Amino acid sequence: MGIGYGGKTLRELLEYSEKIYQETGHYWGLKSLPLYEKDPLTWERLIYRLRAIVVLARELALHIAASPIARYIGETCTVLYTPEGDAIVHSTGILVHVHTMSEGIKWMIRMNYEENPGIKDGDHFVGNDPVLGNVHTTDVHTLTPIFYKDMLIGWVGTVIHQVDIGGNSPGHDIITATQRFEDGFYAEEELVYRDGKMFPHYYERSRRSVRTPLFYDLDDKSRIAANEIVKREVLRIVEEIGVDNYMELIREAIEKSRRDFISRVKERLIPGRYRSVTWNALNVIKEAWQPFAREDYLHAAPLEITVNEDGTLFVDLKGNSPSGWHFSNGGISPLMGGFWVTMTQLLGYSELINEGFVRAVKFNVPPKSWVGDTNPIYSRSVPWWLLIPQMSGLHKMVAYGAFARGYVEEGSAGNTGTWDAPQGGGFTDGTTGDPPNIYFPIATFELSSQGLGANAVRDGLDWGHAMWNPEADMGDVEEWERNQRGFIYLARRIKKNIAGYGKFRGGASFEHIAVFYGSKDSILYNNSSSRVFIEHGLNGGYPPLAGQYSLMAYETNITELFKEKKPYPLGDDPNEPEMEKYISGLIERLDYSSIYPREFKSNDIVHFKQCGGPGWGDPLDRPLDKCEDDLNMGIYSPEIMEKVFGIIAKYDEEKGRWIVDEEASKKKREELRKIRMQKSIDFAQFYKEERSILLEGKLVRPVAKYYMEQKEVSPDWFKEFLDFWRLPEDFSIPIQGKREYIRVMSEWHSLYLESYKKYLESKGYDLSKIRYLKYEDVGILR
Amino acid sequence: MNEEEKVKRVEQRIQLLERLLQAKSPIDEVFRVIAGDKEDPEIAFDAIIEYFQRKVNWKEKILLPINDHLFIVCKDGKPIVKAACGYEFGDFRVNWKVFCKIRVRRNTEDYLEIYPWWQHAHPYFMELREYYCPGCYKLLATEAVPIGHPVVFEFLPDIVTFYEKWLKRPFPCGKVEFKDLTNEYIKNSIKI
Repeated sequence: MGIGYGGKTLRELLEYSEKIYQETGHYWGLKSLPLYEKDPLTWERLIYRLRAIVVLARELALHIAASPIARYIGETCTVLYTPEGDAIVHSTGILVHVHTMSEGIKWMIRMNYEENPGIKDGDHFVGNDPVLGNVHTTDVHTLTPIFYKDMLIGWVGTVIHQVDIGGNSPGHDIITATQRFEDGFYAEEELVYRDGKMFPHYYERSRRSVRTPLFYDLDDKSRIAANEIVKREVLRIVEEIGVDNYMELIREAIEKSRRDFISRVKERLIPGRYRSVTWNALNVIKEAWQPFAREDYLHAAPLEITVNEDGTLFVDLKGNSPSGWHFSNGGISPLMGGFWVTMTQLLGYSELINEGFVRAVKFNVPPKSWVGDTNPIYSRSVPWWLLIPQMSGLHKMVAYGAFARGYVEEGSAGNTGTWDAPQGGGFTDGTTGDPPNIYFPIATFELSSQGLGANAVRDGLDWGHAMWNPEADMGDVEEWERNQRGFIYLARRIKKNIAGYGKFRGGASFEHIAVFYGSKDSILYNNSSSRVFIEHGLNGGYPPLAGQYSLMAYETNITELFKEKKPYPLGDDPNEPEMEKYISGLIERLDYSSIYPREFKSNDIVHFKQCGGPGWGDPLDRPLDKCEDDLNMGIYSPEIMEKVFGIIAKYDEEKGRWIVDEEASKKKREELRKIRMQKSIDFAQFYKEERSILLEGKLVRPVAKYYMEQKEVSPDWFKEFLDFWRLPEDFSIPIQGKREYIRVMSEWHSLYLESYKKYLESKGYDLSKIRYLKYEDVGILR
Repeated sequence: MNEEEKVKRVEQRIQLLERLLQAKSPIDEVFRVIAGDKEDPEIAFDAIIEYFQRKVNWKEKILLPINDHLFIVCKDGKPIVKAACGYEFGDFRVNWKVFCKIRVRRNTEDYLEIYPWWQHAHPYFMELREYYCPGCYKLLATEAVPIGHPVVFEFLPDIVTFYEKWLKRPFPCGKVEFKDLTNEYIKNSIKI
């Protein structure tokens, strides 16, 4: 006799549910929806009562307990599940976890938790392993069974993103981790609470494993509070309508969602094949702490989606990069979570969304890819690294499909990367009034407010989008400063020239300057895309100008500038940099994000920034009035406006604004069109040139490795690659040795830096007070 | 919905498309269109076809818009890609990018022509391809890929299934098999 509905075990119920779906194509074999068809209004009212319960529980729980990251930024979500772990209704918040917690429940059922350790009324289970059901370790969830008269009738799960989860460096995205053992605290759907008491071993282990135990404690309580509220309120509905009706209702809710998804696909998309390519690059060959992890990577995350005749989707991940000794390994659960949260916003935003959505999608995941490899030894602290770019493909698919259907306002050119994320921590030194030796975390959350991609009718949303949380919110800077005591903001402003160019431009974003002050033994590292555009725009729109570079200044004169009331840097337009203008000291400008921590002392300065969104359409078609607005808002510099958009404008001192010269701009646009004619080539010439570069093997180590890895990870992708270029079956590209590769990259950085210095000097900059850190000294000397 | 009502709504939608696609809509209208109830799928589709059909100076029937410059049209009984400016690209099952003029940025100088210092991809890691319409040199696509990556065929519609199974209308052109013909085209047209 099991604890599930009808005396079945949970495993029996799960297996039956999967079997009947395979046989019939309907959730629980529901070819019709009797309750809905009989009384749709009552049906809708009950479902929305359930939905209101999870929304209410989340909001209430945040005010019972919760860390600032949950309370002020909303990094949390509460979901109601069936006994087999299928989502029914969810709250607002980080919806990526609606499906990941589902995977966690199913893992518990398959592992036969019903027998050992047993599942009882009042139990709470805690988990955060991405292979079992999560995205990354910092998202910790609590799963709670709901019993009605000794029968398990469902689950409720609440997840909260932690400020810190332990690991080999501080922060919420541990990008220095390469193995599981560096990821920090792990819980494997662990029974932590029974008979009204939390187990002391869990209590002590969890709090001692993280750098911010008070926040962990608050969030643990908040999750339990949310789940208890949901339990109580769901049982009231069960009492009201009867348990049989409740079970029928929740199954119909999922089948209806599946049908709605298919109807929506048939209404908004076109059957056929959609392809997108997205990238990231990780450059740690000189800095990784573990010897085996010293490598530079070009990571690929392409997506091919086939919209079938019946409205279902087939998602193919061929061509994706392999797993490895870095932080960005993933799993099926993160993939499905990412897919879920994106589709929820793109196709299912106005209706009941739950497991039914997922049932309409099938995946092909190469087992050796960063998604398919289940080897637990790899770090999984930030699968977002590739998941975020990858899900841009869904935006592009909807943009193509919906445009062709006449819904030109739908979809976008992409969701861009949610970086840059400076992380770290330090100790107060007592000079600012804070007691000395107090640990402070650095975990700024501006990364949750990026620029969205543009589409056929609008610019991208400015500083207001995060792929993983539809309620993107960076929180109050004052709130962060209260926590980050020795890391003080000097400025936050619009980052010029970060939005992808286009007829409709990508969303813009912010940049920030902060100074270490009153602090000691501080470290900080930043996490951003490096050396690549993570995606391109659509229909002539350009890629977003992500934060491909790092900028830090050490041993600066900032205190003297304050004392003398002189200007100090408020941001960084590299073509007119304020850092070099005002600051003396050692400047580290790198063409990649730091990833590994640097040591910072008082008076050291850090610049960080968010990404812009990709653009849509030819920038030469951007209406002049919009270009004028861009100039006056500081979205683009006049230089970029002229070079890319063909805009000639003058600053009117009297009016205090930029005015576009229409005639001169029309002429400039014609000039740029002529340059296009002069500098472009036929496809045949392009084809031969690219092919000969491949045949000559003239590719740097990460690029050559990317192609050759596919031979093993995705043989079908590799065959397509060979077919396209008509290359022999035994084709291979030589891979540079590490020493030679580092030499080549050092040489490039050195030449680039020298050219940059000459450029600045030609603009009148005095660089005599500046020293630049050279690439060959990175990771060795300051 | 009677025929008169349908015609009226298609006309209203065409006017809306003009405002939206020409960036003439005030932002509150754009927001209402995005967030409000969606137009009936048949009206939305008929309107976008008619909108573009009225815009272009040629007579071929538009079967499906790919974007605001490229359309799958019926030419001599075969579905091909044709540009608003009149340039004809070929069978829609061949990636239209292979008929384009292409500029490739794969060195620092070319990147700095349009990007600020430090804010472009590394030329050893990635190139930026710009695909122009050979008829009017409008920029039709950008592609950010490592050197040697195959040209990306982003959208290959199964147009016959769409008309016959989803719209439940006869396909108004010669039926073709749903298939990617790009490699075949390259093989037959470029000698190596």
